[in-house]
Amino acid sequence: MSHDASLTNRNFKVVGTRVPRPDGVDKVTGRARYGADATAPGQLVGMILRSPHAHALIRSIDTSKAEALPGVKAVITSADLPDKVNGRRDLLDILENCMARGRALYDGHAVAAVAAIDAETAKQALKLIKIDYKVLPHVTDVDEAMQEGAPIVQPWVRTAGGDPNKETNVSQISEFGHGDVEAGFAEADVVIERSYKTEQTHQGYIEPHACLASVGPDGQGELWVTTQGHYTFRNQCAELLGMEIAKLKVTSSEIGGGFGGKTHVWMEPVALALSRKANRPVKLVMTRDEVFRATGPTCSTSIDVKIGVKRDGRITGAKAVLRYQDGAFPGIWGMLGAMTSWACYDLPNVKSIAYDVLVNRPKVAAYRAPSAPMAAFAVESTMDIVAGAIGMDPVDFRLLNAAKEGTRASYGPTYGPIGIRATLEAVKNHPQMKVKLKPNQGRGMACGFWFNFGGQTCATVNIGVDGTINVSVGTVDVGGSRASLSLIAAEELGVPYETVKCTIADTASLGHNDTTEGSRGTFSSGMAIIFACRNAIEELRNRAAKTWDIPVQDVHWQDGQAVALGIQHSNLQPLTLAQIAAKSPRTGGPIAGHNEVVADGAGVSFASHICDVEVDPETGATRVLRYAVIQDAGRAIHPDYVEGQFQGAAAQGIGWALNEEYIYGKDGRLQNPGFLDYRIPVCSDLPFIDTQILEIPNPGHPYGIRGVGETSIVPPLAAIGNAVSNAVGVRLTHVPMSPPRILKAIKAERSLAGDRRVSAG
Amino acid sequence: MRYEAPTSTKDAVTLLSRAKGSAFVLAGGSDLLVRMKGGFIEPDLVVDIKRIPALQEIRKTSTGFRIGAAVPCAAMGEHAGLRKAWPGVVEAANLIGSDQIQSRCTVAGNLCNASPAADSVPALVAAKAKAVIAGPKGRRTVPVEKVPAGPGRTTLGKGEFVEAILLPLPKGKTGDAYLRFTPRTEMDIAVCSAGVCLKLGRGGVIEEARVALGAVAPTVVLVPAAAKAIVGTKLDEAALAALTAACEAACAPIDDKRGTVEFRTEVAGVLARRAAKIAYQRAGG
Repeated sequence: MSHDASLTNRNFKVVGTRVPRPDGVDKVTGRARYGADATAPGQLVGMILRSPHAHALIRSIDTSKAEALPGVKAVITSADLPDKVNGRRDLLDILENCMARGRALYDGHAVAAVAAIDAETAKQALKLIKIDYKVLPHVTDVDEAMQEGAPIVQPWVRTAGGDPNKETNVSQISEFGHGDVEAGFAEADVVIERSYKTEQTHQGYIEPHACLASVGPDGQGELWVTTQGHYTFRNQCAELLGMEIAKLKVTSSEIGGGFGGKTHVWMEPVALALSRKANRPVKLVMTRDEVFRATGPTCSTSIDVKIGVKRDGRITGAKAVLRYQDGAFPGIWGMLGAMTSWACYDLPNVKSIAYDVLVNRPKVAAYRAPSAPMAAFAVESTMDIVAGAIGMDPVDFRLLNAAKEGTRASYGPTYGPIGIRATLEAVKNHPQMKVKLKPNQGRGMACGFWFNFGGQTCATVNIGVDGTINVSVGTVDVGGSRASLSLIAAEELGVPYETVKCTIADTASLGHNDTTEGSRGTFSSGMAIIFACRNAIEELRNRAAKTWDIPVQDVHWQDGQAVALGIQHSNLQPLTLAQIAAKSPRTGGPIAGHNEVVADGAGVSFASHICDVEVDPETGATRVLRYAVIQDAGRAIHPDYVEGQFQGAAAQGIGWALNEEYIYGKDGRLQNPGFLDYRIPVCSDLPFIDTQILEIPNPGHPYGIRGVGETSIVPPLAAIGNAVSNAVGVRLTHVPMSPPRILKAIKAERSLAGDRRVSAG
Repeated sequence: MRYEAPTSTKDAVTLLSRAKGSAFVLAGGSDLLVRMKGGFIEPDLVVDIKRIPALQEIRKTSTGFRIGAAVPCAAMGEHAGLRKAWPGVVEAANLIGSDQIQSRCTVAGNLCNASPAADSVPALVAAKAKAVIAGPKGRRTVPVEKVPAGPGRTTLGKGEFVEAILLPLPKGKTGDAYLRFTPRTEMDIAVCSAGVCLKLGRGGVIEEARVALGAVAPTVVLVPAAAKAIVGTKLDEAALAALTAACEAACAPIDDKRGTVEFRTEVAGVLARRAAKIAYQRAGG
C-alpha cells in the first residue's frame, strides 16, 4: 500500500495553492547562504592556473618559485591527483577535466592550483608557476572536427563499435527510429531538406561555482558547495581522491542557478586536494571568466532534416542527421538530440542519426532539456517550411501528425496519456493568435518534448512534539521545490502548510539521492515524501490505537486526525496529529516516516509556444512583442513555481535564439567570457511571458506529477526562428539569430529578389 | 598600491606629476575598478578626484555649461537646464550602464577611458564640447575629440587630467540627438553609434551640422563630409541618402566579437540618418 505509485485521483486541499515559499525571506533579505558564503577558521584562498591555449602539450611544470613564496601553503598539479579509480574512463575524464594530465585540451583547462593565505598571494603564486607548453593544432568547429585530417582531440578515442585502429573525434554514432524512411520519401508528394547550425551557449547562472573544502590528516572531510547534487559530488570527489564515501560530508548551499551546469564537479576535487595537502580549509570561488571558459556549456550543433509529406498533410518519412560537439571529452549529447528530435510526432517512417564529436572546447554539461532545443530548432523550422509548401496552417499540420496515447515514439517506447495535442488545441484557441500583426512583424509557433526523470530518492518525515513537521529531502531545491514538497507533506498528513518545514539534508543525514536534474525534484522527492508520510500515518494510527486501547485496524486517518471507526468507539473523540505528537514521548518515542525509492514512471512532457516578433529591417534587431507558453504539468503542485519554470525556460530560450553564443577566435580562445559580450537577456529585452498550465495527470505518480522544469526551453529557438522568418520573409537557419545574421539574410534575399527581377525582365 | 584623495586640483596635479610607476585618476570608477578587478591593470597610484568640490558640480556660465569631472551621469539627467539645452548629450550620458552605474559614472571618465564605443563622446563631439585639462603647466582647453588617441590611449601628458567638460549654449534653433546600436536593450556596449547636432536657419534649412560616429574607427570620428551632405537642405530623402553614404565612407571599423565591418558600416549610416531626423525635429524643423 505505502509503495503504490499509481495515480490516486483525488480532490486536493492544499496542493495547487499559491503559498509563500519558505526560502523567500532569506533570499530577499540577503540572509541566504550561497556557495561563497561559508567560512572556516584558518581558511586559505584557492586559485587555479588555466591554459591560455586551445590545445597544447605540457612539457613541464615548475612550481618551485610559487611554493617558495611566503604565504603559499600548497601548490598542486595532476601529479597530486593520481589515478585512484583503476583507469575507469568516465571518472578519469572528470579528473582530467578538473586538472590537465600532460595536455591542455581547451582554452581555460586547469593546469595547476595554489592555496595561499590571501588572494593577493595566491594571484602572485599563479604568476610564478612556469609551464613549458608545446602548442598543438586545434579544432573548435563540429563539422571541421569530423573531417579527415582534423586535429585529434583525444588519441585514445575510437568510435564506439567502429574501427579499433582509427583515431577519430567521433566518439559514438547513435541511431533511432522505425519503418523505412527511404520508402516514406518515395511515397511523398513533397520532400523538403534543410541544414541548420546552432552556436554554443552557457546556462548563464548568476552564481559562479564556489566551495569550501576541508580534509583532515585523519582522512575525514567536509565540503560546502553550490551544486545540484551533493550526493553525486560526494561520490565523485571521494572516488577521485581515494576517500571513503561515508567520511566525506557534503552540504549543498543555496544555489544561484544551475540549469544542468552544477550537475558535474569542476573544481571541487581540486579544492579538496589543496586542503588535504595544506592541511587547512580551502575556499575556491570561480571568476566569471573561469565559469565561461572552464565549466560545461551546451553543444554547438550542425543538423540536417528531411521531411516527406503527402498533399493532405500526412508525414510519410522523417529523417535527421545530427552532429553535436561534446567539448574535449566524450558525451551522450548527440544521442539525446537524436532521441528527442521527432518525439512530438506520430510517424510511420522515422530515423535519427547522431554523431557525438570531440573538439577543443570545454567539456559539455547538461543545459535544461539538454540537446533537445537544437534538434527542435531544426525539426520545427522544417515543419513550418513543409506546412508552407503544401499550403497548410502550421498548427493544423502539427495537430494532424501529433503523437497520442499509444503512439510508438521515434526513440522506442509507446506513449501513455500525453499532452502534445492538448497544447496544440490550446494554441489554436489562444487569444495571441488573433492579435493582428503590423509591418515587419511575424508570428511563429513550435512544439517541444522532454523525457523527465525519476531515479534514486530518499526522504524522512519527523513529527515534532508540538505537531510541526520536519521534512528532510536530498534533492537540491533549484526552483521552489521546498514549497511544493511541503505542500505535498501537508496534503498527505492533513495538516496546514505552515506547520511543515522542508530541509535539504546533507549527505550524512540521508541516503543517496540522485542529482536534481531531468526535472525530477518535485516528482521523485514528492513520491518519497508521500510514502514516508504514509509510514508516519501508520505509526500515528498505532499510537492512537494504543492511547484508546483499541485495535489499530479500527483507527482511520482523516483530515489530519485519527478517527476511531465503528459505533462501539463512538464515545472516542478524534485525536489530532498534534495531540498524538504531544503524547509521543510516553507512547513509544518520536514519530517518523521514512522512504527510499527508485522513482520510476516519470511522465514525458510536451509544450507548444507562440511568439510574435518585430524585426528592424535596417539593423536586423529583433524585439519579442508577445510570448505564450502552453505546457502539460501533469499536476501543478505549486502553480507559481510551475509558471516560474515555464517563464524561466522561455526566457533562456529567447536569449539563446537571439544573442547568446560562444565566440572563438582563430587561435581557439574564447573571445567573450563575460556577461558584457555573452549576452543573456535583461528584463527589458523580454515581454511578459504568458503561461497556460495544462494538467494531464501522469499515471506513474500518486499525485499525477510530471516534471515541469525543462520542456519549455525546447520550443523557443524554433518558435522565434519561425516568427523572425515570417517577419522578414527569409528563412533563418543559424542560431543565434543575432542582428548581423538577420541583416545579412535580409540583404542576401534582397539581392536575390533583384536578380530574379532582372532575369524576369 | 597607494590611494590618494586630494581636495584641490593643484594637489591632484602634484600627485600625478610626481607619481612613479603607473598612476590612474579615479572619478566614478566604473571603468577603472573593473579593469583593476579583472587583473588588466595593477596601478601603483590611484588619485580619487571626487573630494575636489569644484569637480562635483554642473555650473551654468554665461557661455554655457561646465560639468565637473566627478559629476555622475545621473546628475546630468536631473539637471533641467542641461537636459533642455543638450537633450542628445544627456541621453547619451544616461545610456551608460545601469541605474547603479549611472550614480557613479562620469562623462569625463567616459572620454578619458578612450574607448571608441564610449556612449557620451559622439554626442559631445557633435555638440562641440571642450575638455578643460589641468596639468603641471596650468590649464588648457581642447575640443573633446582631441583627448582620445586610440583605444585606451589619450593625448594627456604626465600629470594632466580632465577637470571639466564645457558645453556651449545652443545658438538659435539647435537640436542634437544620439543613437547607438546594441543587441540588448540596455546594459550593453555600442556596436556602433552616431551623434548629430544641427542648427537651422530660415525656412527650416540646415545652416550648420556636426556628425560624429562611434565604434567605427580607433577613436570617435567627426565626419565633416556627412555634415556637408545635409547643410543647405531640409533633410529631404536625397540629403539623407548623401548623409548615409558619407557616414559609410568614413567608417573604418574592425571585425570583432561585437560586430563585423559590414554590419558596423551599414548600421552606422542607419543610425546617423535616424539621429539626424530626431535632431532636426528637436531644432524645430
